Amino acid sequence: MNINHQLNRRAMLQRAGMGIGSLGLASLLQQEGYGAAKNPLAAKQPHFKTKAKSVIWLFINGGPSHVDTWDYKPELEKRDGQSLEGFDRFTGFFSNAVGGLMKSPFEFKKHGQSGKPVSSIFPNLSQHVDKMAFVHSVHTESNNHSPALFAMNCGLPRMGYPCVGSWVTYGLGSESDSLPAFVVMSDPKGRGLPKGHAANWGAGFLPSVYQGTHFRPTGDPIDNLKRPAGMNADQQRRQLDLLKTLNQQHLEANPFEEELAARIESFELAYRMQSAAPEALAVDKEPEHIRAMYGLDDAKCKHFAAQCLTARRMVERGVRFIQIYSGGMENQRSWDGHNDIAGNHTQFAGETDKPIAALLQDLSQRGLLDETLIVWGGEFGRLPVAQKSKKPGRDHNPHALTYWMAGGGVKGGVSYGETDEIGHKAAVDKCHINDLHATILHLMGMDHEKLTYRHNGRDFRLTDVAGEVMKEIIA
Amino acid sequence: MRSCLAIGGWLVLLLNSASAEAPDFNREVRPILATHCFTCHGPDANTRKAKLRLDEREAALEILAPGKLDDSELVHRIHATDPDEIMPPPSLKKPLSAAQKDVLKRWVAAGAPYAGHWAFSKPQRTELPKVKQANWARTPVDRFILARLEREGLQPAARANRERLICRLSLDLTGLPPTPAEVEAFLNDTAPNAYEKVVDRLLASPRYGEHMAVAWLDYSRYADSNGYQTDGSRQQWPWRDWLIGALNENKPFDQFTVEQLAGDLLPDATLNQKIATGFNRNHRINGEGGIIAEEWRVETVIDRVETTGATWLGLTIGCARCHDHKYDPFSQREFYQFYSFFNNVPETGRLAGQSSNTKPLVSVETATYKAQVAELETFVKQSEIAAKQAAAELPQLVKAWAPKFREELSGQKVIWHGVGEATVTSKGGAKFERLDDGSWLPSGPNAVHDTYEIRIPHAAGPFTGVLLECLPDARTPNQSLGRFSNGNFVLTRVEAEISGAKGKPQPVKITRIEADYSQKGWDIKNVNSGIGGKGWAVDGPTRRQPIKALFLAEQPVTLAEESTVVLRLVCATLNQHNLGRFRLSLTGATPAAVSLKGNSIPAEVHAALEAAQPDAKQLAVLEKYYRAHVANPVKAADDRVTAARKKLTDLSKKLPTVMVMEEMAEPRKAFILNRGQYDQPGAEVKAGLPAFLPPLPEGEAMNRLGLARWIASGDNPLTARVWVNRAWERFFGVGLVKTTENFGVQAAFPSHPELLDWLAREFVEPTQGIRVAGQPARPWDMKAFHKLLVMSAAYQQNTKPNTDTYAVDPDNRLLSRGPRFRLDGEQLRDRALYASGLLVEQIGGPSVRPYMPVGVWNETTRYGDLRNYKHATDEGLYRRTMYTIWKRTAAPPSMLLFDAPNREVCTIQRSRTNTPLQALSLLNEVTFVEAARRLGGRMLRDGGDSMESQLTHGFLWAVSRKPTARELAVLRAGLKEDLAYFTANPESAQKLVAVGESAAPEDRWAERAAFTLAANVMLNLDEFVTRE
Repeated sequence: MNINHQLNRRAMLQRAGMGIGSLGLASLLQQEGYGAAKNPLAAKQPHFKTKAKSVIWLFINGGPSHVDTWDYKPELEKRDGQSLEGFDRFTGFFSNAVGGLMKSPFEFKKHGQSGKPVSSIFPNLSQHVDKMAFVHSVHTESNNHSPALFAMNCGLPRMGYPCVGSWVTYGLGSESDSLPAFVVMSDPKGRGLPKGHAANWGAGFLPSVYQGTHFRPTGDPIDNLKRPAGMNADQQRRQLDLLKTLNQQHLEANPFEEELAARIESFELAYRMQSAAPEALAVDKEPEHIRAMYGLDDAKCKHFAAQCLTARRMVERGVRFIQIYSGGMENQRSWDGHNDIAGNHTQFAGETDKPIAALLQDLSQRGLLDETLIVWGGEFGRLPVAQKSKKPGRDHNPHALTYWMAGGGVKGGVSYGETDEIGHKAAVDKCHINDLHATILHLMGMDHEKLTYRHNGRDFRLTDVAGEVMKEIIA
Repeated sequence: MRSCLAIGGWLVLLLNSASAEAPDFNREVRPILATHCFTCHGPDANTRKAKLRLDEREAALEILAPGKLDDSELVHRIHATDPDEIMPPPSLKKPLSAAQKDVLKRWVAAGAPYAGHWAFSKPQRTELPKVKQANWARTPVDRFILARLEREGLQPAARANRERLICRLSLDLTGLPPTPAEVEAFLNDTAPNAYEKVVDRLLASPRYGEHMAVAWLDYSRYADSNGYQTDGSRQQWPWRDWLIGALNENKPFDQFTVEQLAGDLLPDATLNQKIATGFNRNHRINGEGGIIAEEWRVETVIDRVETTGATWLGLTIGCARCHDHKYDPFSQREFYQFYSFFNNVPETGRLAGQSSNTKPLVSVETATYKAQVAELETFVKQSEIAAKQAAAELPQLVKAWAPKFREELSGQKVIWHGVGEATVTSKGGAKFERLDDGSWLPSGPNAVHDTYEIRIPHAAGPFTGVLLECLPDARTPNQSLGRFSNGNFVLTRVEAEISGAKGKPQPVKITRIEADYSQKGWDIKNVNSGIGGKGWAVDGPTRRQPIKALFLAEQPVTLAEESTVVLRLVCATLNQHNLGRFRLSLTGATPAAVSLKGNSIPAEVHAALEAAQPDAKQLAVLEKYYRAHVANPVKAADDRVTAARKKLTDLSKKLPTVMVMEEMAEPRKAFILNRGQYDQPGAEVKAGLPAFLPPLPEGEAMNRLGLARWIASGDNPLTARVWVNRAWERFFGVGLVKTTENFGVQAAFPSHPELLDWLAREFVEPTQGIRVAGQPARPWDMKAFHKLLVMSAAYQQNTKPNTDTYAVDPDNRLLSRGPRFRLDGEQLRDRALYASGLLVEQIGGPSVRPYMPVGVWNETTRYGDLRNYKHATDEGLYRRTMYTIWKRTAAPPSMLLFDAPNREVCTIQRSRTNTPLQALSLLNEVTFVEAARRLGGRMLRDGGDSMESQLTHGFLWAVSRKPTARELAVLRAGLKEDLAYFTANPESAQKLVAVGESAAPEDRWAERAAFTLAANVMLNLDEFVTRE
């Protein structure tokens, strides 16, 4: 039936293309464009073939400091304590607490064949630099958490636009028949959601089927996943069989209703999800050595370890896009090191270093790293000058931040773009968020200029009217 | 070309592609130009390339060379192969197809005629099309639909059966299905106007207004919270009540419009007309610390422009905020001219308080409220009269009482003497008011740490210590005892010294300290302990009871003449935790005889009692004391007055307010904001209308009221078209113009343009004699228009298409069959509650709290009053879904699941997705499971004696028709199996029939559980989820 319909539709379009009488109709049909397939989540062909099938985006929430992590700046050591001439004290948030230039409190050592200098807060991740492609010249549009989070996730510093995960899911559909296509995991330590909350994984004007499914960090991961009290699995199976029989009888009376056929399928997927979702989350079923590798026995990082391991299990089960947030809201609840940058980053690096390193290694040893694009980064970077405080911190910096990607067709051991000598602003091969997004879409097999959705009479893109793919980091 | 089309069929279509006739500009040419050319050669002067614009014929003439294909630069460029020449340039990535090039070529060949955008010229009534099957048509609407179907060689579908029709009508007009009795009555009604009678009944139902209001709530971004970070509560429900009322009373759409946009500016505006303007105050308001208020005020005004433009005009005006509109002839200047209509509200841009309404406001005195006030006022007056009458007896009463009281007192020693004259000062600048009972009430500055110094003149004699009484007061924070914002205090030290006429003041060492109450961890023993961070506190935020404490020296100190007792009450432990209202009494008794309970009679009362012949002043003292402190009829009457007055003030505090529009006497200046930034003003602009639309009606002022009347005018080409198209979408699933939110140049072309225009005129000037509630249709009559649509044959078609029709019209844009679409989330929940008998129908009022997932609000908000969601345990669980409390940052999850917008901004169209998470909600969510068990109970109770009749009864409630024999057999088989299981597993049965807050049954668990599952299946049927 579906094939028939496709043919009908095509016939219509052909006729309409040639004729006049139905042209209005044809343009209406064309408008449905990408989303017109029967099941909006059915797997779709990419624009071109690439290796990556899934994305795991480790959202380093709160604004990790690039100069204290991956972007080594010897010049800061030389000029430590000197004031920065001409600095606009309104760059960050606390214009009354601007200090002098401040060297990183952490030691940097070279690692891997690429000899990449890495901060001492990443003893495990530094072992994987040859898998990573660093982009040091990312810059964004806001110095404030929520708008910067919206910009990084949706391309614009305003709420209400579809996020990267929604665009990818819209473009590629789902590979899983029992789990949501796009899953978001947030901080499970009671530190809240990232600022702007669900708008960060919203579908905006895309159909809501493409929005991220937020797995609640405590309690049931998805609403209504549990059967009613007193009903067992067999019974619910029988309920669904009854439902299917009755719906199919009704379908016979309405043989062209695709919606109805899709609804039957939805109930089946829902049924499978009830067992598949808890199963995907059951990291306790993993062998001991895997659990230990991720750090599940380590109080400091076990919460993030469980999320990274869950992400791997989801990738194996066909989930398209997974986003994990490190940290919750602002200040000490996330990487937002306004005060005591040393303490803050030591803590959050400590929570994530081992789990992410294990994720890279685990995916690699399973041969899944090629198919999985790992993205690491936050909403903005931090300033090279100190934010004055009892223990000094760093304020927000929208002009420069570092992202790294690994797997999924990315070149390993390369660095793209540079900041100026103190890490204040992106300087060489500047990479706007649009460029970052274009590159992610490209790695997933999609042309960011062709992935469009018509809304309010305009073809919208993730990258608006800009975006260049960073070819240099693609293998 | 049209005459060719009348022949119909493939041949004509093929011939057309080679035709040299001019393509229709609006239908075919403009969409190509708009999509492929206007980005660089359109209305926006800033992005225009090569100074060429193609949206105006005059400007494009040179490159068009109308009628001369060989000279036409446009034709040449679109066919060029050189990448430097070809248009659109490859870099735009919007190449033209061969068919599109052909359209442009034929257009140029035919003289390149332009036409204004169809939606920007006033709609005209065309003659009704001629049709072959004229007897199929029930209304003029059908003539248009049928003409188009006949042109395509299609047959309309048969009329749906009566069960379908009444279900469809009930859901579409009221949002709720019919009862089995209503279905039965309709099936048995043989009157020729049986269908119309159902329509009239439904239009008259108050459910109509509730149902029609939901979409308008989306447009107006209605919510019960302020949005942004804290997202605390607000009260706008009185506006929602107005909306429901206006729809139910069938307020004509022009009035409906004017009142919402500018009701406050109408002459002698009524309270209701002011409340109506809440429409444009439903936007978010930011209260975050550190925001720049003006930035957010500008955002608010822009939000009003966008919302008004989208709601009434179907225009995406917001695009012109930063630059001239890319597609529509709407310049940035015109945007800010429009902006200035909404720029004159006396507002700051900042939220008034985290959980309150922000000015301008009006108080909403409902009829119930007014009645309550009148009743209480009468009661207060009566009590006052009674008290006055009782007071006449005072001298007699006091005369009788005083000797007895003196005698009573003579038997015991007065221990505590109330402080008479004294001076009180505050180190922190607080002011003190002496109250009738001798207590002091501090007010004014509440210093970080304050010390109250009380200087009390004392006669010669012994002084042992002081009694401190702390008293709750309505003027203290939280009506409590302390001055901190939560009503608490922490007393750190009490110092006493004697200041004589001569010499240095002598400190008195306090050795005994007691209180009749201490807060845990803040014991009275901490006072004067010298331990840092400690002190005496009294659970001010929660307790609010009078408290006593005493501070005694080891031995009485003997005072000389003209001494002064100086007391210092020091609150220096916590910031601003200073004492509230307090009273002091002194004693000279030996410490052993002193306790907290000792009596305390003010000195002047004592003196008056002792006086052999009390003078007038002393009599007054006695009367005052007697009236306030001794149980007697006058005091009882006084207490009644106090209580009545308190009730009245409490009631007025509960009086709801609603945020409304108001106009400043002197309008604010408005400027073009560069790139839409509040801090980058350019040229100043005055209120004005876009040039491509008609001018202001004569006699109107260029202000918000004039704008409202301009929008609500029959000459406005957009207003009526936009509204009738949305009405069409409501009843037919898809608008005649599919982009119901956008009627600009980028709008989808109407599927039936002549019908759209005919309907728009018919809405403004009815001609069809449609009657609602006995009255003929008036101009802008919403109910009459809805009736016109549902009376059509097109609306009454069966949803089942035949194969041939489906091949040509798969998406039913030609209306070759009845439309079928998924219900909105609100309707689904309401339908389940209704079928189960749980629905509590009550129109209007504050929002309610049904079931939601645990912790639904906590994850998004760490601040504000909307945290810790708790569902109601009463009828609030079962009200219609439109009354569910709406917190913007955590909108009801099950509504979002079914594509409701989050109401952050105006939303015109909801999508209709179909996801497994929806299925999980219908299968497992407590709302639906509880509804299933109640529907199961209904089957057992009302469904007769056999399983078949019981299942049939349930099926009728769920989907408004009887099951087929096959369906019944399937349901029966399932039921039997479940019954066997639950009979063997009674515990499971008991659990299942106890889901939800409504009373669990006490008997027949296995049967009830099995019927619950049968009902669960019925409430998950596609037919339940869909309106068909």
